[in-house]
Amino acid sequence: MSRHDVEQEPRPPGLRGATRVLLERELDLAWGGGGGPLLACGFFACLTAILPLAAGGDPRTLGPVAGGVAWLALALASLLSLERLFERDMEDGGLDLLALGHLALEQVVLLKALAQWIAVGLPLALTAPIAALALGLHASLTPLVALTALIGGAGFAFTGALGAALALGAKRGGLLIAVVVLPLFIPPVVFGAGALERAGSGQPVGPALALLCAYVLFAAVVAPFAGAAAVRNAQG
Amino acid sequence: MIHTLTLSDLTVSRGERRLFHGLDLTLRAGEVLALTGVNGAGKTSLLRTIAGLLRPDAGTVAFHDGDGNPLDERQARGRETHFLGHLDGLKGGRSAREELGFQCDWLGHTQYGVDHAVEAFGLKPLLDLEVRRLSAGQRRRLAMGRLVGSPRALWLLDEPMAPLDARWREAFAEQMQRHLDADGLIVAAVHDPLPLHTRSLDLGALT
Amino acid sequence: MFGLSNPQRFMAFTGPLTPVLWGLAAVLLGVGAWLSFTVPADYQQGDTVRIMFVHVPAATLGLGAYAALGVSSFFALVFRHALADAAARAAALPGAAFTALALFTGSLWGQPMWGTWWVWDARLTSVLVLFLFYLGYIALRASIDDEQKAGRAAAVLGLVGLINLPIVKFSVDWWNTLHQPASFLTPGSSGLDPVYLPPFLTMLAAYGMLFAALWLTAIRTEIRRRRVMTLRARLAQEA
Repeated sequence: MSRHDVEQEPRPPGLRGATRVLLERELDLAWGGGGGPLLACGFFACLTAILPLAAGGDPRTLGPVAGGVAWLALALASLLSLERLFERDMEDGGLDLLALGHLALEQVVLLKALAQWIAVGLPLALTAPIAALALGLHASLTPLVALTALIGGAGFAFTGALGAALALGAKRGGLLIAVVVLPLFIPPVVFGAGALERAGSGQPVGPALALLCAYVLFAAVVAPFAGAAAVRNAQG
Repeated sequence: MIHTLTLSDLTVSRGERRLFHGLDLTLRAGEVLALTGVNGAGKTSLLRTIAGLLRPDAGTVAFHDGDGNPLDERQARGRETHFLGHLDGLKGGRSAREELGFQCDWLGHTQYGVDHAVEAFGLKPLLDLEVRRLSAGQRRRLAMGRLVGSPRALWLLDEPMAPLDARWREAFAEQMQRHLDADGLIVAAVHDPLPLHTRSLDLGALT
Repeated sequence: MFGLSNPQRFMAFTGPLTPVLWGLAAVLLGVGAWLSFTVPADYQQGDTVRIMFVHVPAATLGLGAYAALGVSSFFALVFRHALADAAARAAALPGAAFTALALFTGSLWGQPMWGTWWVWDARLTSVLVLFLFYLGYIALRASIDDEQKAGRAAAVLGLVGLINLPIVKFSVDWWNTLHQPASFLTPGSSGLDPVYLPPFLTMLAAYGMLFAALWLTAIRTEIRRRRVMTLRARLAQEA
C-alpha cells in the first residue's frame, strides 16, 4: 500500500450525514432490544388498566378523569428508558466517541432527545387515544389526544434527556431522573390535559395547544445546552 | 491539520487527588510520545485532558497547524483527534460491520480507508458477527479500525495493544509507523515499550 | 460584591455579621409573634387567620431562597466559583424547610374552614411544586458521589429550575382557571385588612432575617467543611 493512499482526504460527514447516522443508530439501539416500541406501549396499557381496577369501572367516575389519567400515564411512560439514554454510552466508552465527532455535544444531546421522542413518544402518542377511549373519553376527542400526546411527548423527551444527563453517574439513576424531571413535566401535562378538558366542554383548544407548543420549543432550546453541560461535567 | 500539540503548565486532578502539575510539552508531526508510569499515575487523565474530555485545574492544551497558526480547540478535537480508550465504544448487540461503519461515518471517512482498515486488522471474517461475540482482542482490532478508516492527525491511545497478541501488535505498530510517516502525531499510554522510536514521559515521576 | 468572593474575606466579613442577624431575627420573631396574637381576629376566619402570619412569610421566603439558590447556581456555573457553589448548596435546606412549613401551615389554615386537610388551589399547589423542585435539587446533589461533579450538576439544575419556575407557576395558575375550585388563602387579592399589615410585615422581616442568618451560617459551615476535607486529602497524599 503506498503512502499516497493513506493521505487521501477524509470525507467529512457534514451536518446531515452525521445527524442521519447518529439518529439511525440511536433508533436501532432503542428498538433493538426486546420488542422495540411495544415495551413503552405495554407499560402504558398496564397503567391504563390499573386505574379502573383501583377505582372501579363505573364510566361515570372514569369518564371525567379519562383525559387526565391518559396524560399521567403518558408522563410516566415517557420516563422509560431515559436512564439508559446516556448511561449506556458512558459505560462502554461511546460517549467519548460522540464527544469527538463533527457535531457539537449540544447537537448530540438534541439528536438523542429526538431519537427518544421517536422511539418512545411516537408509539405512546398512537396508544394514548386507545387508552383514553377505553377509560371513557368521548370518541370525538381521540384525534386531539393523539395530537397533544405527540407534541407533549416531544416536551417529555427533551426535558427527560436533560434529566438523564444530569443524573449521569449518579446512584439510583432511574428514580433520581423521575424526581428531577416530573416537576418539570407539569406544564406540558397541564396544557395537554387542559386542552382535552376544554375540548370536552366545547371551548376552543387553540390557546392550550399554543402553550403546549411554546413549552416544547422552550424545552428544545434549554435541554441541549443544559444537557451538554451536564454530560461534560459527568465525563470529567 | 494538526501539526503541533503544545501542553503548557498543565495541572490535572482526579477527584481530590492532584495527579501532576506544571507539565510542559510539545509534540510535532511525525513524533510519538509514550506515556509510562504506574497505574493511577495519570496517563489516562492526561490523554482525556488533551482530548478535551477532562478539564484541567490549570494550564492549556493548544493545537497549531504547519504554519504555526493556532487551531480552534473544538475543531481540532472534533475533526482531527482520535481517542482510543480502554473501552471501545462498541455496542454489543450490533454487528461489527455496522459498528465500524457507524464509527467511520461519524468521524468522517473514505470508503478506501474503511477497506484498508478491514484488511490491515484482518476484520473481514468478523464483520458479520455481533460485537458481543468477539473476543477482547478482536474488539480492540475492530475499534482500531476507525483509526485507519477515518484518517485524523492526532491519535490518543490508552494502552492500545494490551489485549492484542504478537501478530496484531506487529500489524498495529505498522499502522502507527504509517501514520507517523504521513505526518501524524501519536500520544500513547503504555506499560511495555513500543516497537517504535519514541519520546517518553514518565508520569509517575512527575508529582 | 466580588470582593466578598474571596472565601477569606467572606469569612471575615460575615463573622461579626451573622450573630447580629440571628439577634435581629430573634427580636423580630418575638415582636411579630406578640403582634400576631394581639391583633383582632378576623370576622370570617376567626382566630385561624393568625396562621397567615406564619404561612405567607414562609412561602415568600421559600421562593426567595430558591431565587438565591438559582442565582448562586448561575455564578457557580459561569465563574466556577467555589463560594457560589457553597451558597447554592447552603440555600437548599433552609429553603426547603420554609416551603415545608408553608405547606404544613397552609394545610392547617384550610382545615377549620373547609374540613379537608388539603385544597388544590393555585397557591397551595404552587408551593407544593416549589417543594418538589427543592427535593429534586437536594436528591441530585446527594446522589452523585464526586463532590465537584455533584455541585456542577446541581448548579445546572438550579439554574434550569429557576428558569422553569415562572413557567410552572404560570401553568398552575392557568390550570386553576380551568377548574375554578373554591379559592381562599389569597389574603393579597381579597384585600388585606390594613390592621393585619404590622404583624404580617414584621413576621416577613423576621423570616427574612432568619433566612439570612441560616444561609450565612450554612455557607460558613460549608467553607469550614471544605477546608477540613482539603487538609485531610493533603494528609492522605503525604502519608
